[in-house]
Amino acid sequence: MTARESILQDIRTNQPATRTLPAVPKFHLDQPLDLPQLFVQSLKTMAGECVPDCPADLDVFIRKRFPAAKRICSAVPEYKGTCTPVDLSRWSDACDIDVTVVRSPLGVAETGSVLLSEHELQVNSIGFLAHDIVILLDPRDIVENIHDAYAHPYFQETGYCLLMTGPSGSGDIGAVTVHPAQASMTLTAIFASRS
Amino acid sequence: MSRVDQAEAAASFIEDHLHEEHLDKILWAARMRRDQAARQVPEWEELRELASQIKEHTLSNLGHYLEEFEKNAQANGVTVHWARDAHEHNEIVYRLLSEKQVTTLVKSKSMLTEECETRPFLETRGIRVTETDLGERIQQLDNQPPSHITGPAIHKTTEDVADLFSRVYGSDKTKADPVYLANVMRENTRPDFLKAEAGMTGGNFLVAKTGAVVTVTNEGNADLSANIPLLRISSVGIEKIIPADEHLAVFIRLLTRSATGEKITQFTSTFRRPRKDGEMHIILVDNGRSARLGMERFWPSLKCIRCAACMNTCPVYRRSGGLSYGSNYMGPVGIIMMPTFDIHKYSELPFSSTLNGSCTNVCPVKIDIHEQIYAWREVMEDRNQIKIVKKEAMIVAGKVLSNPKLYRIATSSTEIALKVLPHFAIYNPLNYWGKHRDVPDAAEETFHEWYKNHRLKVSEDLGL
Repeated sequence: MTARESILQDIRTNQPATRTLPAVPKFHLDQPLDLPQLFVQSLKTMAGECVPDCPADLDVFIRKRFPAAKRICSAVPEYKGTCTPVDLSRWSDACDIDVTVVRSPLGVAETGSVLLSEHELQVNSIGFLAHDIVILLDPRDIVENIHDAYAHPYFQETGYCLLMTGPSGSGDIGAVTVHPAQASMTLTAIFASRS
Repeated sequence: MSRVDQAEAAASFIEDHLHEEHLDKILWAARMRRDQAARQVPEWEELRELASQIKEHTLSNLGHYLEEFEKNAQANGVTVHWARDAHEHNEIVYRLLSEKQVTTLVKSKSMLTEECETRPFLETRGIRVTETDLGERIQQLDNQPPSHITGPAIHKTTEDVADLFSRVYGSDKTKADPVYLANVMRENTRPDFLKAEAGMTGGNFLVAKTGAVVTVTNEGNADLSANIPLLRISSVGIEKIIPADEHLAVFIRLLTRSATGEKITQFTSTFRRPRKDGEMHIILVDNGRSARLGMERFWPSLKCIRCAACMNTCPVYRRSGGLSYGSNYMGPVGIIMMPTFDIHKYSELPFSSTLNGSCTNVCPVKIDIHEQIYAWREVMEDRNQIKIVKKEAMIVAGKVLSNPKLYRIATSSTEIALKVLPHFAIYNPLNYWGKHRDVPDAAEETFHEWYKNHRLKVSEDLGL
């Protein structure tokens, strides 16, 4: 008997009488909500920052915000940067990136999260190995809560996607959350309409 | 296998007041943050009930959902493996690595691989394994197992870590600063990520409908481990499965709030397919879970989502530290899990609890933890797994407490004994309570005597 057959047989012998699967409500709040404002507040609690007014010149904004940045990887058509994901021959080459600029198709007001996938990142490692990450987000793409977020088709279609919520952090030393951890040191979301 | 004596192991931790106070303080703060986060969600209790029902439904149809998961994962291009036990699991991992001549592996934190002792298994076979979670890496460098499910090195002070890093990495021992130390780790771990030939993760959830593995981290180390090398291996216990994404949302809302009080972790990631030119393997591990499913009283412990809220609130855990449990899973949930792995070795653990019920109250999936702890005590009694000294003491206590006359004689004589007996007689080896505490002075009179002299007299005077 294979391990698979053996495990499934043991499970079917032992599993308790079937229980009902409950329906999951969306838990939307009754009152009208300012979703972009809630998103800004939630992201702030996770040490991320949101720029609600899109800068007229993204290049000037990024150069000013990250003056030491030499290699800026742009995964969006509206900003050139110094390289694009397709320039990376190996995924580990993303380690030299100072700033990654990418667009998210979805924000979550409840948590301040943004959705990213292989479609936006193209080379997944640019979302983690870059020193800093800048996310463009159309405020119209912000949903109320996590229940709404998991209704997005990406979770059923893409090979890899994630809800990213602020910069990489760790509370493993002295239970104090700090933000140099293994991935990006800062996360900046910019409200920028889709063209 | 010798029996773990949690109380004895906790004694040395308790003697070190610095670490005891440190752990108690930071874990209670986490419990407070959890309460605050829960209060901010009006549907919190409804979410807990939903989570419990979803888990119970899935576990009662586990075979069906595992097959659905396997079919969908295979359709995504993932190779699915099944492992009956820890050894089979480790053999599969080693075979996958060997086939690709892998000698360097980065892995994110996984309690399952701790349970399977995967790291030492691979290291003795020439694989260099780097733990990439900061806390887990600290424990690896210090040759210690994790002491907490979500914060493996939480029992260490910042000064402890500064000392460790200075010895291992040559950093400044005097800089006990979490930011500095996290940077030291980042700089030293980054090269391992870049040159690793394989990446390994655990999985917080498996989604049957989509064939996905979901990981939850604050550091992004699971994403780094799984995205940089071409070979990706995820090892997941079979009980981690849930039906669909709509159910995942319930658990994501509960998990981090219960663990740390944050609304969500920084990286909540869904892996469904291997990257281009890469391979993705998922190992479904039983290792005693299917047997536990058949334990009428104890199968609900399989609902656990590893948030550690029960540890953070437990007065015994907070003051004795996770290493004292001598087990892969510690604290209240460890107490009810570990005897299913080895009933004799972990037979003392169910007694490391005050049964105050706080663990049950904070559990996001409504496991009746303290009631299961009590039920495990009954099992230990039935299976003759209780130490003779403790058993005899309980028999005597049972007789005394159930007989009013005996009880009054005992309390009165204790009062006299404490006054006249020498120190060595009071603090004898059978006095467990007095092992780490001073026995208080006996009261001048017992409550019964006081009641007899006061209230009863008053009642009589009033003709009541």
